Amino acid sequence: MGRTRSSTSRHRISYVFVSGYVLLALAFGVLPTLYAVRMSFTTSEGTFSGVENFSRVIDDFRFWPAVQHVAAFVAIWLVALLVLVTVLALLVHQIGVRWLSSGVRFVYYIPGALAGASAVVLWLFVLDPTVSPVSGVLHAFGFDSFVQTISPGNLPVIFAVMAFWTGAGGWIVVMYGALNSIPHEVLEAARIDGAGVVRTALHIQLPMLRKWISYMAIISLAAGTQLFVEPRVLSQASHGVVPNDYSLNQLAYLFAFKQQDLNGSAAIAVMLLVVSLSLSVFFVVRGGLFERD
Amino acid sequence: MTPGAWLGRVAMIVVAVFFVQFFVIPIVWLLLASTKSPHDLITTGPFTAGSFSDLAANWNALVTFQDGIVFRWLGNSTYYSLAALVITLVTTVPAGYALALSSFRGRHLLLTTTLVVMLIPNTALVLPIFLELSTVGLIGKPLAAILPFSFFPFGVYLTYIYFSTSVPRDLLDAARIDGCGELAVFLRVAMPLATPVIALVGFFSFVANWNNFFLPFLTVPGKGSPIQVGLTDLLSNVPSFNPTAAGVTAIELPTLAVATLLSVLPVLLIFLFSQRFLVAGLTAGGTKE
Repeated sequence: MGRTRSSTSRHRISYVFVSGYVLLALAFGVLPTLYAVRMSFTTSEGTFSGVENFSRVIDDFRFWPAVQHVAAFVAIWLVALLVLVTVLALLVHQIGVRWLSSGVRFVYYIPGALAGASAVVLWLFVLDPTVSPVSGVLHAFGFDSFVQTISPGNLPVIFAVMAFWTGAGGWIVVMYGALNSIPHEVLEAARIDGAGVVRTALHIQLPMLRKWISYMAIISLAAGTQLFVEPRVLSQASHGVVPNDYSLNQLAYLFAFKQQDLNGSAAIAVMLLVVSLSLSVFFVVRGGLFERD
Repeated sequence: MTPGAWLGRVAMIVVAVFFVQFFVIPIVWLLLASTKSPHDLITTGPFTAGSFSDLAANWNALVTFQDGIVFRWLGNSTYYSLAALVITLVTTVPAGYALALSSFRGRHLLLTTTLVVMLIPNTALVLPIFLELSTVGLIGKPLAAILPFSFFPFGVYLTYIYFSTSVPRDLLDAARIDGCGELAVFLRVAMPLATPVIALVGFFSFVANWNNFFLPFLTVPGKGSPIQVGLTDLLSNVPSFNPTAAGVTAIELPTLAVATLLSVLPVLLIFLFSQRFLVAGLTAGGTKE
């Protein structure tokens, strides 16, 4: 009897404990989503307009180019992440000397401190052959001025390199952690059986990393579609050589702030949100990596 | 060792060293560039150091720009990040605790929602949040940055994992038998045990808030800008990247380098001093041991 009463009170006070978080989740997760969905299906006067906002945005001459730009960037970035992060994590894991291994991981991770506009401004310098620390590399590729470096054909690669520079280290650390969870005896047994570094990696380590690699791919795919600050800052610095409608989020920004078309902007935001949300739900429901209970 | 194994080893070292350079060169360059005069930046080698007097000159140029607006930006960043950090801790720690150690109606739904939102890039909700805040007239007010920053599902996830794995239920039950009320159990037993995860959540929240660009760019424009947004303001006054810029005071490249350094300094310092921490947090994301 006493036990029942105490556990009931414990459950009741749980509502108090979660209340602040639930309020924030409603105000800045659920409500804005619902509000954006509503706006995307109504006119600026608030009357229902079906898919009119979506078709207007999709028919806009800037929409498909933006989709292509983002797709090209995401494709290059994902391949770079999947291949290089895996290879570098395996490499760092191979380093037998403890301090060296942790030092290298830390160096890879440090650029993670520079995110947002700071990293992009730093990369402006790197991409400008007159001041760049790697001006030799830029000249070797035939880029003799900032404007040449950031010519449209190069942009997906440039954005991918920037994103890789800031984000890869975090993933390398994650993969390294996952590699460490493989029992030492398993690797030892493989070596005794004559498996070299490459075969061990392919047949033992990679399968163990599979979940983490797909996690990285899904998170990065979702984040990549959100491309905004990189083209925004580059556009500003180059005075329009990089267009201000390069990515979808930039286009959404222009709809809201230059054309005062909040409903069109909401339509783009909702489309992007659907992409992220489906990726996330897919991953959570399929489960495996994140335990819920 | 066979020749093939030697070659393999050499290749591995080459790749590892190449990427060490790739990650570290831009940062080293930034440190050096801020110590050079605009002229030296272009004429001297990229890895030569300048002088303290040039660093001082660049610093002066930065702090006199628009009557020291850079301090205002830094102040805004500090205010938004810390205020949001406090609200985040006050809301996430009890929520993670309740989710981990008791069962109540809606628990499963809340947990699943937290996971789903946690995996969505935070930029995805920026425009919807902007539209919502502009309807209620909050745009430009500090709360328009602080409140959205405070919603931090990853923090709830971290505390949930921590409480469900590292805090023994028996200990809490013992406190209950000793006559502690539920609030006292949380405040006096669970909270002190949770110090590591509180620090971890605080770290991730602060870094995310400090580095956030898109949200404050929309919700607190102009004088309310944090340093990340201010930096791009500064950029539009740099003639070298943007020859048509017609700002009253032109910003030279080394001054921009100092500003960039300043904008990342707090986070960079935290990174340097809490390396072990970070690694723990990153790997705690997925495994439940």
